[in-house]
Amino acid sequence: MRSLGNIRRSFAPWSDANAKAMISIRNVTKRFGDFTAVDNLSLDIYEREFFALLGASGCGKSTLLRMLAGFETPNEGAILLDGVDLTGVPPYRRPLNMMFQSYALFPHMTVADNVGFGLKQEKMAKPAIAERVAQMLKLVKMSEFAGRKPHQLSGGQRQRVALARALAKQPKVLLLDEPLGALDKKLREETQFELTDLQYDLGLTFVVVTHDQEEAMTMADRIAVMDAGQIRQVATPAEVYEAPNSRFVADFIGSINLFDGEVTRSDAALTELQSPEGFALRMVDGQSRGIGSDLTLGLRPEKIAVTHTKPNSGVNAVEGEVWDLAYLGDMSIFHVKLDSGKIIKASVVNASRSGSEVFTYHDRVWLSFAEDAGVVLER
Amino acid sequence: MGAAARRWLLIAIPYLWLLIFFLVPFFLVFKISFSQTNIAIPPYLPVFEWTDGFAVWMEKLRQLSLDNYLWLTEDPLYFNAYLSSLKIAFVSTALALAIGYPLAYGMARAPAHWRPLLVMLVILPFWTSFLIRVYAWIGILRREGLLNQFLQWLGVIDQPLTIINTDIAVYIGIVYSYLPFMVLPLYAALERMDESLIEAAQDLGCTRLAAFWKITFPLSLPGIVAGCMLVFIPAVGEFVIPDLLGGSDTLMIGRTLWVEFFSNRDWPVASAVATLLLLILVVPIVIFQYYQARTREAETR
Amino acid sequence: MNRHWSGFNIVSVVVGFAFLYIPILLLIIYSFNESRLVTVWAGFSTRWYGEMLRNQALLDAAWVTLRVALVSATAATLLGTLAAVVLVRVTRFRGRLLFSGMVFAPLVMPEVITGLSLLLLFIAMNLDRTIFTVMLAHTTFSMCFVAVVVQSRLVTFDRSLEEAAQDLGCTPLKAFLTVTLPVIAPAVIAGWMLAFTLSLDDLVIASFTSGSGATTLPMRIYSQVRLGVTPEINAVCTVLIALVTTAVIIASVINKRSMVQRERAEQLARAG
Repeated sequence: MRSLGNIRRSFAPWSDANAKAMISIRNVTKRFGDFTAVDNLSLDIYEREFFALLGASGCGKSTLLRMLAGFETPNEGAILLDGVDLTGVPPYRRPLNMMFQSYALFPHMTVADNVGFGLKQEKMAKPAIAERVAQMLKLVKMSEFAGRKPHQLSGGQRQRVALARALAKQPKVLLLDEPLGALDKKLREETQFELTDLQYDLGLTFVVVTHDQEEAMTMADRIAVMDAGQIRQVATPAEVYEAPNSRFVADFIGSINLFDGEVTRSDAALTELQSPEGFALRMVDGQSRGIGSDLTLGLRPEKIAVTHTKPNSGVNAVEGEVWDLAYLGDMSIFHVKLDSGKIIKASVVNASRSGSEVFTYHDRVWLSFAEDAGVVLER
Repeated sequence: MGAAARRWLLIAIPYLWLLIFFLVPFFLVFKISFSQTNIAIPPYLPVFEWTDGFAVWMEKLRQLSLDNYLWLTEDPLYFNAYLSSLKIAFVSTALALAIGYPLAYGMARAPAHWRPLLVMLVILPFWTSFLIRVYAWIGILRREGLLNQFLQWLGVIDQPLTIINTDIAVYIGIVYSYLPFMVLPLYAALERMDESLIEAAQDLGCTRLAAFWKITFPLSLPGIVAGCMLVFIPAVGEFVIPDLLGGSDTLMIGRTLWVEFFSNRDWPVASAVATLLLLILVVPIVIFQYYQARTREAETR
Repeated sequence: MNRHWSGFNIVSVVVGFAFLYIPILLLIIYSFNESRLVTVWAGFSTRWYGEMLRNQALLDAAWVTLRVALVSATAATLLGTLAAVVLVRVTRFRGRLLFSGMVFAPLVMPEVITGLSLLLLFIAMNLDRTIFTVMLAHTTFSMCFVAVVVQSRLVTFDRSLEEAAQDLGCTPLKAFLTVTLPVIAPAVIAGWMLAFTLSLDDLVIASFTSGSGATTLPMRIYSQVRLGVTPEINAVCTVLIALVTTAVIIASVINKRSMVQRERAEQLARAG
């Protein structure tokens, strides 16, 4: 597979045929009455991986996480940890710990007692508990709050205590249910990087559930996009964004323009579509498609150039009218209406302070894109 | 012990307790209501024994009859007692609503920092003994009591009024004793209500009175139903209040049952009276449970 | 909100509370009356409190009532809390509808019916009527009140606290005892207090289910009241009112103080 995005990964056990999965989810199904929350789902997660389960609410991601923690039992299938079947192992005997969405800090205990709770259950000696608690609180920079009760902490502080508590037992795997969901935007952005650094430094395996794609893209090594109890795609953030495997994933992650068309020409190098709007789309696909078959071209807004004049090549260019535009500072967003009535989204980075070209409503403009800018999706 | 066994034990303890001490006794009342009075201990026939054997049981079953219920229909005393209980409970409930609604409304509109104190003041009498609160009224309502003294001192009346030992005293007693039960659900319904609804209604052209009738009142209806049922249901079976405040001619079914049981020692008739009372109360109890279940669901949603 | 606290509202609240409190105040005032006649004021005196303390029958009855209330309130709290846990946590089992019916029905059941039916049960079980049968009866009807109080707290309890405890190594039972119970403790204590006062107040059910030598205080007061109103009864009533009121006020002040402290701490946390 060609490299995608501008980040090269040295850590990629999933592409190593000899690597053994740490968590192996095998054909797991979970039903609640008539509702199937998780539908015959299989997935491998590797040691030291930061893995994100991404999906809209109700897609089954939280149920899957709860099955890993042991709070739900699969109706079918098995979950293996280091090759050992976890079925029938109650939550309190599983070597994984969870950080809850609501943090679930015990309101009647101090921060230190909360962090030391799991160790106390292990019957660890008191001095050893105190030492570990101090170490954990230092790790999350909460040492001076050890004596406080949870209601005396801010949202961000509670999140840190919850993290320290879940890490205190040194679990093999940490499960995080919407770990940053309760934080405001600015704090969330800071915490995202802190979490990834922590995970890397401790060498732990993290499985995080989130509905926020930006969060998943920032933190995760791999993302599983979930819908209706099934996984639609498992891949690195760059792959999910640049090479979605379906219209669903393409549409779910980021924003995208979709052009339907019929194949008029195709070989190993190039494929050409004729769109019903009446223009030809030429793109690098890497495989030969059958003439006459229906395909869709997905095109991210930032990969479209907007110009007043027709580009020289004339290939992959279409004319339209500026219908809406928004200046966001770092970039500008255009909604361009083609003559067919279709609206195309394009975004342009404002690289210089005064734009080289100035656009306004109802301008006639040309949209163009390179032959390798789009992704071919089967319908 | 497995999870299933623990779960079973958790359910079984309170379940069995309630079965034995709540449900089974009702069937006993029901069964004995078909028995005959007997001067013995226990004072009824037939007495079922576990050692009897099937044949004796069948023979004893044949001795059960509807005689007690026939007796209840033959003596107009009982019919009148049921009717009068329902009337007294109904009038008292209406009076309690008339006093409780303005009180609950005023409390719900009070400044927010006052409300917890006001609620506590409503609950506080509920914690003090029922008997004491009824007793307090005896001293007030007697012929030479404080109310008559006060009215005569004011010059409103020349002769003391006869209030004690009349139905009026019973109304006062019931309204007084059960007022907290009326006020609390009303307050809960009124306090929860969004003030901006009234403002919206006024903005759309309602007068304050019209806004009350079209918005506040319908929205407080669950509270009204709950409050009325909480007053009406126990009032029908009330014993202490008619006994201490009512006259000898104040007929109430709870009192009739007490007399049949303790004075006449006619347990089968007392059981028949209880069975009929329960049948009468089934309708309001079901209404009440239905509304309660609905509010509970709304809260948990 | 202040602008709606109109004259009409103030009047209805004042009139309502006057109705609720004047009879009790008069009762208390006349317990300090010198005269034997309850309604004729003859000067301040505490002689009736002295008479009360010399009335052995009354003191015996008070001792019986106290024992009944302590035992039945404690048993009712245990059973009622279990019932509340079943109602909230075990959403599906055979006979659940009957169970919730049995929990809620005693709340509105006329006392004469409850009393009569329990008596018939004790007779059928060949159980002699003693202080023990009164305890059983009181436990049964007050456990339902406890169940309702605890249930309403348990409904709002965040289940993930319990799951977190399990995740950190507690068995379900230990998680309930170390996390859930301390958090819902105020409701459980309130339930105990309610059960205690219900038992303290009950006349009808105790009359049905008690036997010789187990006369409770309400039963004693009732039989004295039937014979005539005396300031001594006022004195007994005043003592009872004072005890219960003090307990309720202390409980609510403690509750309120912890709430205020909590709110202040939360504000601080938000600011910091």
